[in-house]
Amino acid sequence: MRPDLPWLTIVWNDPVNLMSYVTYVFQTVFGYPRQKAEKLMMDVHHKGRAVVSSGTREEMERDVQILHSYGLWATLQQDR
Amino acid sequence: MMSTGFKAARDGVSIHLDAGEVSILRSLVSQVLGLVEPGTTGDDPLERALGIGSATPPDDPVLARLFPSAYAEDDEAAGEFRRYTEATLRDGKRADATTLLETAAPGRLTLTAEQGQAWLRALNDVRLALGVRLEVTEEVHEEIASMSEDDPRYPAFVTYDWLTYLQDSLVRALW
Repeated sequence: MRPDLPWLTIVWNDPVNLMSYVTYVFQTVFGYPRQKAEKLMMDVHHKGRAVVSSGTREEMERDVQILHSYGLWATLQQDR
Repeated sequence: MMSTGFKAARDGVSIHLDAGEVSILRSLVSQVLGLVEPGTTGDDPLERALGIGSATPPDDPVLARLFPSAYAEDDEAAGEFRRYTEATLRDGKRADATTLLETAAPGRLTLTAEQGQAWLRALNDVRLALGVRLEVTEEVHEEIASMSEDDPRYPAFVTYDWLTYLQDSLVRALW
């Protein structure tokens, strides 16, 4: 892995989390405008996953922990 | 179970719940609270003081869903992340469940936005737990519509559907 590549937070689709709730969480956690949060939610829903934030490994671990507190299925990995 | 769901109110949200609905909510949230035990740490006093827990994923599929692995392809990193975060996450989920149990009462109920957020996460945790146990799919709503009322799974699925409605109305009331 190249150390200069950013880390990504990924949210995965699951059959329980509501489309409205997922959108609301993206707005609340990341401060994204409604439209961007909805687009990310639709990507999760239709493509099975979406990159919802990027940054340092520490920042992405923090994002994943917050998303887990909301019950979203989130992981982090380095970009490649 | 025919409540009208949450509505936005001044400084928060409100809902009317009857005694039966409150009883179901309390029962389900208590079960999640019983499942999500306080963050357990090792015998090492320093680790205990720092909230450092186990690196191993929970065996129970509900707990495994509530506390998923943070690294899909790196078990060692996932274990380290779990050691340092799961106890905090458990405490947060217990606090949300406790807020719901302390505020849920029959009749007209008004919640602050902060309490509403706790309800939102607690309802989601209950739906995740039920969803794992019932093995729900994205077609759950259609599945219930075509399910016989004699089906032994019917009451649980109807409850799940009601929780879905409740949570969706709460999101919209908080927005």
